[in-house]
Amino acid sequence: MSQRSRVVTLYKNLLHLGKEWPKGYDFFRSRLHNAFLKNKDESSPENIEKMIKHGEFVAKEIETLYMLKKYRTLKRRYYDEQVARKN
Amino acid sequence: MARVLVGVKRVIDYAVKIRVKPDKSGVVTDGVKHSMNPFDEIAVEEAVRMKEKKIASEVIAVSCGPAQSQEVLRTALAMGVDKGIHVEVSGPEYETLQPIHVSKILAKIAQNEKIDVIIVGKQAIDDDCNQTAQMTAGVLDWPQGTFASKIEKGDKDITITREVDGGLEVIKCKLPAVLSADLRLNEPRYATLPNIMKAKKKPIQKLTPKDLGVDVSPRIKIISVEDPPTRQAGQIVPDVDNLISKLKEAGHC
Repeated sequence: MSQRSRVVTLYKNLLHLGKEWPKGYDFFRSRLHNAFLKNKDESSPENIEKMIKHGEFVAKEIETLYMLKKYRTLKRRYYDEQVARKN
Repeated sequence: MARVLVGVKRVIDYAVKIRVKPDKSGVVTDGVKHSMNPFDEIAVEEAVRMKEKKIASEVIAVSCGPAQSQEVLRTALAMGVDKGIHVEVSGPEYETLQPIHVSKILAKIAQNEKIDVIIVGKQAIDDDCNQTAQMTAGVLDWPQGTFASKIEKGDKDITITREVDGGLEVIKCKLPAVLSADLRLNEPRYATLPNIMKAKKKPIQKLTPKDLGVDVSPRIKIISVEDPPTRQAGQIVPDVDNLISKLKEAGHC
């Protein structure tokens, strides 16, 4: 895959992840768009490679964030009875 | 190599605030985000990991419900399941569909597909029934390992670590068996965009309860669905004496 299409794929993947963003898709989309737009003039392949790596790292972090959020919510609802009573 | 069946249910997303219909007949589901029951995600993940470890030869996901249930089957396929079976139950029949019906459907499919292991989530987050695994095991007369937090497969048997009150219980049972997934069994993977695209090519078989010879006529009638009581507003007291007198009034000391 060319570097350009990898960037596009990364963007699409991140957009897909953003659909479940707690503050809403629009919030996520505009931030993501700005983040990509900020580097639009970057032309060095090494730098772009670094940025793609960073983007993939962010995508992994978002997946983990969603998983943790779900796990914690379920744990609170079904397992931490005593903590729930204190609140 | 085992053939694995997983049950997946489409429920209102865990993050959505549930609203009760004004006529108390149920909860508002129209225009509300739905997703796969989180405990079923854990069951799917376990089945897919069994396949990746070459313990399982094929993983089949089943969902009973209206046409939209295919969405959760697609998610399951994107997570790595090989084939989906959608048992269409819609309208009023779906509202009174109970674990007894689902367990008969699962049992029938398990027999038709020559399944060795059935894995389901321990309960759904909408009706919190926690009955499907137990009933399926009953219908099939298979051993059951419920609330599993670890599953290890041997040659002819399977070792399950179960979450019980105040500790863990380790049991060993013969195959075929029915298992239910507890929260700590694994961390489900995320259905990524490329995998969702690939999953579109995987097959989904459509069935009706009639095809399987299962009667889904209602066993129950929903009389009323109500919100839990809301928390009473608090009060700020100016000093300790006041606090004590208030507590005495309320009968706390």
